[in-house]
Amino acid sequence: MQADSARPRLAVWKLASCDGCQLTVLDCQDELLTLAGEVDIAHFTEATSAELPGPGPFDVSLVEGSVSTPADAARIQQIRADSRTLVTIGACATAGGIQALRNFGDVTEFASAVYARPDYIATLATSTPVSSHVPVDFELPGCPIDKRQLIGLLSALLAGREPRIPGHSVCEQCKLRGTACVMVARGTPCLGPVTQAGCGAICPAFGRGCYGCFGPMTAPNVGALVPWLRRLGMPDSDIRRVFATFNVAAFDSVAGGFPGPATQAEPGQPDAGSGS
Amino acid sequence: MTVVTGNGGAAGNGGAAGQRRRFELPAAGLEDLHRALVSAGYQVIGPRVTGDAITLGELTSASELPFGWGVSLSPGGYRLRKRDDAAAFGHSAGPGSWKQFLHPPREQLWSATRGTDGLAVGPGAVQEPRKLAFLGVRPCDLRAIQVLDRVLRGASGRDCAYSRRRAAVFIVVVNCTEPGETCFCASMATGPESGPGYDLLMTELTAESDHRFVIEAGSPGGQEILTGLPVRPADPGATQRADAAVTGAADRMGRSMQTDGLPGMLAASLHAQRWEDVASRCLTCGNCTMACPTCFCTTVEDVTDLSGEHADRQQSWSSCFELDFSYLHGGPVRSSGVSRYRQWLTHKLGTWHDQFGSSGCVGCGRCIVWCPVGIDLTEEVAALWAERDAAGEPAAGPEGPERGEQG
Repeated sequence: MQADSARPRLAVWKLASCDGCQLTVLDCQDELLTLAGEVDIAHFTEATSAELPGPGPFDVSLVEGSVSTPADAARIQQIRADSRTLVTIGACATAGGIQALRNFGDVTEFASAVYARPDYIATLATSTPVSSHVPVDFELPGCPIDKRQLIGLLSALLAGREPRIPGHSVCEQCKLRGTACVMVARGTPCLGPVTQAGCGAICPAFGRGCYGCFGPMTAPNVGALVPWLRRLGMPDSDIRRVFATFNVAAFDSVAGGFPGPATQAEPGQPDAGSGS
Repeated sequence: MTVVTGNGGAAGNGGAAGQRRRFELPAAGLEDLHRALVSAGYQVIGPRVTGDAITLGELTSASELPFGWGVSLSPGGYRLRKRDDAAAFGHSAGPGSWKQFLHPPREQLWSATRGTDGLAVGPGAVQEPRKLAFLGVRPCDLRAIQVLDRVLRGASGRDCAYSRRRAAVFIVVVNCTEPGETCFCASMATGPESGPGYDLLMTELTAESDHRFVIEAGSPGGQEILTGLPVRPADPGATQRADAAVTGAADRMGRSMQTDGLPGMLAASLHAQRWEDVASRCLTCGNCTMACPTCFCTTVEDVTDLSGEHADRQQSWSSCFELDFSYLHGGPVRSSGVSRYRQWLTHKLGTWHDQFGSSGCVGCGRCIVWCPVGIDLTEEVAALWAERDAAGEPAAGPEGPERGEQG
């Protein structure tokens, strides 16, 4: 890898994650060569073990994964210190990921059930988003992230303009692409009305409901959706489950404790105040 | 092409019954109509069944019209149903509206490329709009187009991308004879009989073994197309049946709204309890605004590519339900769901009068059907009237300049 000091230095980091968002970076096939021509990729172990010399600084760091170990908690501090702009990518980095299910259970108990030598496991009690540890400049949600949003973000940063990451609902993207609402037209439960746009509303375009992999939109009214999910035939156990996936901690924090997966209590009544 | 104002059409317009020259077109003649429009250079856009709904798109043949299909509508519910006749237009509003063609969801406004001589700024993607024929516009939706006209090209009809697209549109209206469960055009005085502004106006008659249309022209362009169709002068029996079907539809509206004095009532109800109530149910997802045939708001973004050599200015639909919609320095002006729902409803039904001289609502019912949690605009307005009446305010009276504008 050749360094060119005139070009911005890009680093891609991984914490607790499945690597799917890093693969999305590599999946930018048509744009990848252009990107490689515009930046020096200083650290991206999913792509290459070659690294540019020197620890930093990095003009842009993309961080995948949540903070779930003491080592990662320390590492993210160093990454932040070394990065001019820090962007978290994916549900793990922005919301704690599916591994945040541990936040609602007892991780010690899990470890003792799963591992022969749980004492080898150095883990934190919770899985938390990067923003719980260091200031984050921009967040790309999704499991995985959307390729076009990533290219849009990098193009914006390269041009020195602020990337636009809409906080509104998936519904708007369904309407823009002309998909007839699956909730209304076929009675399919859908999390689109409370989920942040960005994916291009892929799932409803193929006739299935959104399952919220981009996490809650800005100021969602989850309490108003729950009675309609019931009305469309979802039992409360399923409603709890559908919110308890890749963004479980984020949905839990906006839904007033509902639907905490570890609690056996019935879901609360719609929160009359959450619309404001 | 379309005569929007006045009565310039060769056949006059809706109201002048004595001068109307009405004809009969057999159902099979829809294919002739389609052919005539294509021959005149139009891409024909109309309703057809796609997936779970009747949507608007290109018709390569009149046979693609949704013959025999109707819809069952409810707040938050839309289902296709088979009719017991072969009506082509026996359905109410679907998820789409003509807005998507006149005021597209996404539009490139201009683009720029960095060259040796600096920036070369080029025009947007669409300069010469395609000639479109809208086949099967309902009277409420014709009014919706006219509301958009007023908003997007202004009272003076300024030149803009919308104006150029609009000028290239030919409109075939089909009067409404079977309103849906969520329709209230009669309250909004936009239907079920069409007002002026069409090129051709049809009323569908679906008696068994006698499927035909009463048809008339509303513009010189419409007259020209009509001349080439296999029509004969309508017999009085047919026109009477057609008129009775349209008149009868006014009494079968699934919804109604009290519009007399409505802008004044809304202006006086900004602190009503009902806003809190509806906001507790509202998802602020923006579906109502996207489905509404007159909601016109957009956002504009400048986009650059990775190389930094090209830039585009892109416009796309936006919604007053977005938190970012009212973002000024430091934060959103309308941060609560209460303020955003209130903004939408009071603008649509109230301050739209002040701004554009009419209501922004045409009574099509799309916002009711396509709200994922079934919030019913007419129910909210009724509740606001009731709250005002309960507070001891005088009942609606002839009090403001708005009165009467909705007929």
